[in-house]
Amino acid sequence: MELITSPHLEAPDDFYEALIEAHQGLSTEESHAFNARLLLVLANHIGSPSVLRQAFAAARPARSP
Amino acid sequence: MQFKELAAGGRDELDYQKLAFDYTRHPDQDVSHPVRRPVVVVGAGPVGLALAIDLAQREIPVVLLDNDNTLSTGSRAICFAKRTLEIFDRLGCGDRMVDKGVSWNVGKVFFKEEEVYSFDLLPETGYSRPAFVNLQQYYVEGYLAQRAAQLPLIDLRWKNNVTGVAQHDDHVVLTVETPDGSYELEADYVAACDGGRSAVRKLIGQESKGRTFRDRFLIADVKMKHEAPTERWFWFDPVFHPNQSVLLHRQPDDVWRIDFQLGWDADPEEEKKPENIIPRVKALLEHSTMKDAEFELEWASVYTFSCLRMEHFRHGRVIFAGDSAHGVSPFGARGANSGVQDAENLAWKLAAVVTKMAPDALLDTYADEREYAADENIRNSTRATDFITPKSDISRLFRDAVLELSKSQPFARTLVNSGRLSVPATFHGSALNTADAESFLGCMVPGAAAADAPIIRADGSNGWLLRELAQGFTILLAAGPAANSLTRRIQDLDLKGMSLKVLRIATGSGIGEADLTDADGLLTQRYDLRPDTAYLLRPDQHVCARWRQPSADQIHQALMRALAIN
Repeated sequence: MELITSPHLEAPDDFYEALIEAHQGLSTEESHAFNARLLLVLANHIGSPSVLRQAFAAARPARSP
Repeated sequence: MQFKELAAGGRDELDYQKLAFDYTRHPDQDVSHPVRRPVVVVGAGPVGLALAIDLAQREIPVVLLDNDNTLSTGSRAICFAKRTLEIFDRLGCGDRMVDKGVSWNVGKVFFKEEEVYSFDLLPETGYSRPAFVNLQQYYVEGYLAQRAAQLPLIDLRWKNNVTGVAQHDDHVVLTVETPDGSYELEADYVAACDGGRSAVRKLIGQESKGRTFRDRFLIADVKMKHEAPTERWFWFDPVFHPNQSVLLHRQPDDVWRIDFQLGWDADPEEEKKPENIIPRVKALLEHSTMKDAEFELEWASVYTFSCLRMEHFRHGRVIFAGDSAHGVSPFGARGANSGVQDAENLAWKLAAVVTKMAPDALLDTYADEREYAADENIRNSTRATDFITPKSDISRLFRDAVLELSKSQPFARTLVNSGRLSVPATFHGSALNTADAESFLGCMVPGAAAADAPIIRADGSNGWLLRELAQGFTILLAAGPAANSLTRRIQDLDLKGMSLKVLRIATGSGIGEADLTDADGLLTQRYDLRPDTAYLLRPDQHVCARWRQPSADQIHQALMRALAIN
């Protein structure tokens, strides 16, 4: 299976607002921990190792080797 | 000059920012008992002018009071969206706005030192008007004022400042201050279009509530002769203006609007000085493809903004429209556009109520519908503001991650938010709608603003659907086996004086007589027409009911419902 990189969110602006709201009231440290848990939850939902590996590549900073 | 002299100018362009209109003493100031007028509009800005023109075109005499005697100074609102241009068409000045305005389709987004992506809006074809034009507010007000000056039913009184509002059961008494002293004026209804700092709102003890953003922005309008393409450029955190955002776009007459985000600690008086603005503009140009452009500073302003609204847009016989009722951030051009859309929603309802064709309750639906629209506009402009100026470290982390990903990931571009351009609200659930009983495809649900489409008139000439709609209600009726007999039965309906125009449309299959032919199939597609499909459109061109094959009785009931007659 291929990683979807074309627009796929049903309501992008609703999603983004909800994401920022989900962090409301958290300290920076708590936010990082929240993000880590969120990523693990979503990874489990995706399931496929090859899709996840493509996602790691897509998110990797362009300047790293 | 006298206001009515504007009408003589025809389409000649004037220096609208320099016009000053004469105060003229009105006979209403010399009577022992105040004169009663059906509608008094307070504020001759874009919203008040649009409302007055619409009312006058509906044969309602209107008194328009303004506390000043000039039009807009400075470019201010500069982006006018398709729906607003369509309203200007109905008001008789759409061509001038579009002819003068500039359109753009290409936008570029920059993050730090590089362009992350560009987009082409590739406007959908088959509409008379573009998605938007950029045009300085003084042109918009100037063209509206010239149109208003042609209408004898508009009684525009300059330097008439409202200082008192007293509400009674069946009228309002205004106290109005003029250079000759004050006088009282009675009105069946008052429309307060007097802007963000509305005097009328204060006088009735109301306020707008919401969120004020702790940020300041500098607007610099510069005149620059440069063969640059007409594009919108938006910088997030650029090297020439770190940690802030910058927006550049073009207006007519080689004027470019540049918005610099300054942050809350900036000193507005210092930032407004040309010696502080010019280096900022130079730094921007040096980091762009317009390195060598020479420019002159035309106008500058430092502003803050709030997203707020009044809890209720109607207070008895006083009704609020435009910035007096609601405020938004500038991202998305939802201020002036939504104000003109308020005016159009209010005009036909006020006209129906003062001529006793509809009950006073129709005006409550103005408030319901436009409060709903204001919430939508506030939501969109707040989201853009939060993206442009993140309010926490984590919000900035996500914002920067979105921008970084947008270089390579198309999905991330849908999350980049430098403003979602004004589109008209669809009044889902309005009390004026008749719910669908059959299924339809597309966006033309009850409550939606009617989409335009190219048509061919009965005489063979080309035209546009929206220009064919009536001042009153319109039935769009796709030709079909039952359409002709239905047309006759509609003509026999007793509508108590309300006008209903039937527009029969020949679609591809072309059965029966027709007033219009769907030129390219777009009308059929946008409205999901089949033979005998009918749409009832309100005087403000919003859909209020539709059927696959209605009876005249169903149309009658839907029309009564759309007038709040039960």
